[in-house]
Amino acid sequence: MKLSDVKDILDAEVIVGEENLDMEVKTAFGADLMSDVLAFAKSGSLLLTGLTNTQVIRTANVLDIAAIILVRAKQPSSETIALARELKIPILTTKYILFETAGRLYAKGIVGCLPKVENTSGRN
Amino acid sequence: MRKELSDACQKLKIPVGETNQNLYNGSFTIEGGNFNCAGIVSTSIKSILQKLGIPGDLVRKAAIVSYEAEINVVSYAKKAVVNLTVVPGSVNIEVIDEGPGIPNIELAMQEGWSTADQRIREMGFGAGMGLCNIKNYSDEFHISSEIGKGTHLKMIIQTP
Repeated sequence: MKLSDVKDILDAEVIVGEENLDMEVKTAFGADLMSDVLAFAKSGSLLLTGLTNTQVIRTANVLDIAAIILVRAKQPSSETIALARELKIPILTTKYILFETAGRLYAKGIVGCLPKVENTSGRN
Repeated sequence: MRKELSDACQKLKIPVGETNQNLYNGSFTIEGGNFNCAGIVSTSIKSILQKLGIPGDLVRKAAIVSYEAEINVVSYAKKAVVNLTVVPGSVNIEVIDEGPGIPNIELAMQEGWSTADQRIREMGFGAGMGLCNIKNYSDEFHISSEIGKGTHLKMIIQTP
């Protein structure tokens, strides 16, 4: 689906990247722990998170994340917004909690960027 | 493209390094404790490797290992030098820090082992995964450390 569909499904506000709403997305990953995002998230996925500092943008940039969806109505800091603009990473914010956000997207066809981790130590 | 790189480096006060087709050799510095700047060096490394034409998945691996290493330096060390050397066949990243060192490397390499404080955790790190992530995304990983002096990481990512 397009990022504009994600925006509609989540009744989200676009904070950065109004011009990128035509982007196609198919997969997502959700976490507040950036090391887990680095370990498991795949490029081109949506990142659902409640963390709003600049490290979310750095993490997204490192992984070529398509767009960041902030859940629980979180608002990013001005530094985070500036960095997202510089690195051209869209940020949307939704009032839905993480569980609802993931469920609503999944119901419309977005899947996890991996269904489960491979082993008990959580390595992929 | 070359100018962009040079401008980016100027902005970050890092040397451009010697570029020669697919070869690169340059150094960066990371300031410990400067949480706002954590990630700048790995963002630069990513952009340099992209410009050198390294495949996207390998650029990501290099960016991930340098980013986790950068977070460690910012979190624990006084400062560090990062050497990026790209030769035909591999991307080599060395991170040499001046810091407290790691008393027990075997323990530090265990997933979940962490000495992180609240500030590090608020950034979304400090869960004891950094070194594991670095090891898992590197084709070759070496770590050595001396108490009171610092830690030396070497990561190699093979390229076609």
